[in-house]
Amino acid sequence: MAVVQDVHGHHDHHPSGIMRWVTTTNHKDIGTMYLWFSFAMFLVGGFLAMGIRAELFMPGIQILEPELFNSFTTLHGLIMVFGAIMPAFVGLANWQVPLMIGAPDMAFARMNNWSFWLLPVAGMLLVSSFFVPGGAAAGGWTFYPPLSAQGGMGVDMMIFAVHILGASSIMGAINIITTILNMRAPGMTLMKMPMFVWTWLITAYLLVLVMPVLAGTVTMLLTDRHFGTSFFNAAGGGDPVLFQHIFWFFGHPEVYIMILPAFGIVSEIIPTFSRKPLFGYSSMVYATASIAILSCIVWAHHMFTVGMPTVGQLFFMYATMLIAVPTGVKVFNWTATMWRGSMTFETPMLFAIGFIFLFVIGGFSGVICAIVPIDIQVQDTYYVIAHFHYVLVSGALFAIFGAVYYWLPKWCGRMYDVKLANMHFWLSMIFFNVAFFVQHFLGLAGMPRRIPDYSLQFADFNMISSIGAFGFGLTQLFFLYIVIKCIRGGEKAADRPWEGGNTLEWTLPSPAPYHTFETPPVIK
Amino acid sequence: MWGEYMSSKSVMTLLGSATLALYSSMAFSLDETSKYFHPQPQSVIAQETYDQHILALWICLAIFIVVFGVMFYSILKHRKSTGYKAANFHHSTVVEIIWTAIPLLILIAMAFPATKTVVAMKDTSEPDITIKATGYQWMWGYDYLQGEGEGISFFSKLSTPVAQVKGTEAKGENYLLEVDNNVVVPVGKKIRVITTANDVLHAWWVPAFGVKQDAIPGFIRDTWFTANKPGVYRGQCVELCGKDHGYMPIVVEVMEADKYTQWVADKKKASAAVVNTAAVGN
Amino acid sequence: MSQGTGHYYVPAPSKWPIVGSSALFFLGFGAAFTMNKIPAGYYMLGIGFAILIYMLFGWFGDVARESEAGKYGKVEDKSFRWGMSWFIFSEVMFFAAFFGALYYMRVLTVPELADAEHDLLWPSFTGGWPTAGPGITEKFTPMGAWGLPAFNTFLLLSSGVTVTLAHWALKENRRPALKMWLLATIVLGFTFLACQIYEYSHAYADLNLKLTSGAYGSTFYMLTGFHGFHVTLGAIMLTVIYFRCAAGHFKPEHHFGFEGVAWYWHFVDVVWLGLFIFVYLV
Ligand code: HEA
Ligand code: HEA
Ligand code: CUA
Ligand SMILES: [Cu+2]
Repeated sequence: MAVVQDVHGHHDHHPSGIMRWVTTTNHKDIGTMYLWFSFAMFLVGGFLAMGIRAELFMPGIQILEPELFNSFTTLHGLIMVFGAIMPAFVGLANWQVPLMIGAPDMAFARMNNWSFWLLPVAGMLLVSSFFVPGGAAAGGWTFYPPLSAQGGMGVDMMIFAVHILGASSIMGAINIITTILNMRAPGMTLMKMPMFVWTWLITAYLLVLVMPVLAGTVTMLLTDRHFGTSFFNAAGGGDPVLFQHIFWFFGHPEVYIMILPAFGIVSEIIPTFSRKPLFGYSSMVYATASIAILSCIVWAHHMFTVGMPTVGQLFFMYATMLIAVPTGVKVFNWTATMWRGSMTFETPMLFAIGFIFLFVIGGFSGVICAIVPIDIQVQDTYYVIAHFHYVLVSGALFAIFGAVYYWLPKWCGRMYDVKLANMHFWLSMIFFNVAFFVQHFLGLAGMPRRIPDYSLQFADFNMISSIGAFGFGLTQLFFLYIVIKCIRGGEKAADRPWEGGNTLEWTLPSPAPYHTFETPPVIK
Repeated sequence: MWGEYMSSKSVMTLLGSATLALYSSMAFSLDETSKYFHPQPQSVIAQETYDQHILALWICLAIFIVVFGVMFYSILKHRKSTGYKAANFHHSTVVEIIWTAIPLLILIAMAFPATKTVVAMKDTSEPDITIKATGYQWMWGYDYLQGEGEGISFFSKLSTPVAQVKGTEAKGENYLLEVDNNVVVPVGKKIRVITTANDVLHAWWVPAFGVKQDAIPGFIRDTWFTANKPGVYRGQCVELCGKDHGYMPIVVEVMEADKYTQWVADKKKASAAVVNTAAVGN
Repeated sequence: MSQGTGHYYVPAPSKWPIVGSSALFFLGFGAAFTMNKIPAGYYMLGIGFAILIYMLFGWFGDVARESEAGKYGKVEDKSFRWGMSWFIFSEVMFFAAFFGALYYMRVLTVPELADAEHDLLWPSFTGGWPTAGPGITEKFTPMGAWGLPAFNTFLLLSSGVTVTLAHWALKENRRPALKMWLLATIVLGFTFLACQIYEYSHAYADLNLKLTSGAYGSTFYMLTGFHGFHVTLGAIMLTVIYFRCAAGHFKPEHHFGFEGVAWYWHFVDVVWLGLFIFVYLV
């Protein structure tokens, strides 16, 4: 299919230098900025994680006083979730969604720029809160009141950062929904869309559904803190548990917001390197939608120890366990896609397989958490920390790495250094497991989360975990090196660097020109 | 070793089996006294929880072996480098129904015993002794509200010296898990624990009994346990409650009935003495 | 795809987003400073609002110019419709959080605080709604439904009718009628706001009903307050649309700017109905 490039477009005269990036309305520029911002935030969040792991290297207090430790934990969670993982997915959507559906750009190109440029403001609020009197928020990334009513100005800065991040996410989500619904190339019916586009469509719905609720919660927290309202205060007829319900009504869908696009990425990579179409495309779509719908009715599984009525416990337990069914369908479909394919194992494929392998472990520990009696045992312990790092780091993050290696040749027209990239995968795989696998046992043996210091029986496993974490951290600096090396002087990449790549973006030249699909391609 | 498109069979197999071994080690570390696993269950609920966890682990391990057995077989056999040509099938309603139904059945099997335990856990009626545990930043307050020992009331604070935390002194055996006043209960009696808090959220947890209950300021919550064996059981506050969240342990001492009676008598005498001196002081 | 050029309209690089972000930079830091009594905060808030207003004028000015220059075809128009619908949906969810809080406190929390179990903590609390909760002793009188609030309901419902009449007039290109009905809508909107301000001052002065009046005060003011804030925004938007109409903007078959605002106005209307029923009536 020949793609005619209109290089004399009316909006081709864009400013150069820094102003190009500040004022741009181009989805590729904006996608690039999202990805770099996300990586910068990943380093900040990772730095905080290194602080946590260094303090936990041995029992006793060595480098972080307890209050600062709590701030590290809190900001690590917030920055990783809102600063690293979510923007990375939005960046990927910005780059890929228009390319994959044959659209010239995002539906609201100017607003798209704003969605991005709100992020640095929120990032500044979060990071600079470490340096204000009273220090950064220290109530956990879930900022449960009344504890979060206690902190100083850092808590307010976090609240406003969350407002701004929410605004950014909502605008980004509306943009993605509109682009997908309204700007597909002729012939690209919904059921012909690549899986990555589908998963993002559903994710975007989840975002508009729950981000405003988060904004509402933090607003209540703010007025409780400063204007004397009693939403979360028993003396005034409010309830701290109310906060938890509203927070998790947002928070649980939020974790699927961080995994559905990852499912999409893996569903692109696996067929490409298996040289075989995705098995069960339509059941993949329905499974994604079911996961999204179910995710809205399971939130209280984070609250099994608050003392809900029996029926509540049981309802949320059953609903949560049900999510394993559509997720299982996805895992089985991926396996069936690989079955009798003609597989090769380039870096994206390695990350995709690593994703499936470790995500399933994380999913299993999730199901174990869903079983109320067991959760009552492991709630707020390192078992939960292990669970969600398996789904977030070896889930979301691995998928993002896979996506970067998969599309990097298209983005910058050059191939990454294959040897180094594969090494990045193997080192990540090994160190990740060293860092987090042992945390399951720490949790089962009774180590609570969010503590700066622990009793002696946990010492050896914490040390192992810390060593793995340091190794994992250093490995990610290596990733930075690989990406820069690729941009600077990688080998020239072919337009279709992957033999099995069948989606629209591979019909374009590499690197993808500044403007693409100004005249929509026609899908047979 | 990091050859181009590093995918030699041996590395894949090695890694696959290594991780599998690691994962299954979880199911095999059933040695009941392992310090890396659940503490030994000391109540009916804890035992049921423990058994359900082991069951869930075996189920997960089995699913894991089936799924990744198939996947790794495919990875080994269906690769381009061995000249394997790709098939072109892309859906099958029958298998999709099968692999939706089977997990559903497995989940029902797991949910069934859990449901029974949940119902039992929530039944706090007719306790022998009721103790109120109040979370403070950062210690626990205990009030014996009903049953033998009614009226006893004391605070329970971390007793590990700061020097051990700072590392200027060697850490003792029960570092961070020791308090000045243990909660004392008789063996084999149903103890209802009422939790509440004075300032922020806390949570009262003793792993060996399988109880964990958040303590919420302004609200009352409850849970219960019946200890199987005399001994000293340790737990910690498990809801982030600020600076010293890591430093408010819970220690429950379970005694034979007669020893417990003795303890109650001693405690009452001691508090009477305190009241007397206070009166004299006035 | 789109009519005319065959291209989807992608705006040229624009400074407005970064201007908007700098506004939020000042607003975010300024608000945090102000709430913590750091004087610089007020200046920052001032600067932030000034930049924000500049940005809104500039940005929407660009959009209006582009629209009048005929740059938006059918496809762009549809994009705006999707965009506005999902924006309004997100607003609905924002209010849902507050309605949810009201429901939860009223139906679950307050009765719970008054139950037998909680006598331990709040011995004299009897529950019921409206309430300031068990720990706030200051008395207040709740807001009745049938005075001003009912009148306000009437005002907003009528404004929903007038804005629809304006829309019909626009579609039939009856410009004087369009302007008249639009003006009527704006007047109704601002009258509503005036009544609400009066209602608030009455509540503070005569009923002793404050933001600090526990559960009732919190939900009453936050729900009606956020609604009032949205009415203000809507009324300002209507005013802008009025001036655009006066300047000859919008065509019978191409006027999404008008429709978007009308949708928003209806949304504000519906939220009010919810408020009237759940905050004032029951
Ligand atoms: C990407 C993020 C992500 C994802 C995808 C998940 C997925 C799941 N999570 Fe997780 N979770 C988190 C992120 C995530 N979680 C976070 C961040 C927290 C902690 C927040 C905090 O407190 O700070 C948390 C906490 C958390 C808890 C609360 C724990 C506690 O605090 O006590 C629970 C409890 O039910 C839970 C359950 C689940 C379940 C059942 C799934 C399921 O979706 C998993 C489904 C997948 C599988 C099951 C594997 C594949 C399936 C098969 C191969 C089919 C066959 C399987 C069976 C029949 C079992 N999660
Ligand atoms: C969303 C994604 C996400 C990601 C990617 C991560 C990544 C990591 N997390 Fe994360 N974590 C969370 C989300 C995430 N986490 C959340 C939500 C919480 C809960 C917070 C709460 O309880 O409130 C949490 C909590 C949490 C804890 C528990 C803290 C506590 O309870 O007190 C720990 C402890 O080990 C931990 C460790 C790590 C490590 C080692 C990494 C590593 O993967 C990070 C690796 C990356 C780098 C290290 C960056 C690159 C390197 C450098 C910057 C150079 C410096 C390097 C060296 C000095 C070696 N995390
Ligand atoms: Cu008390 Cu944590
Ligand atoms: Cu969840």
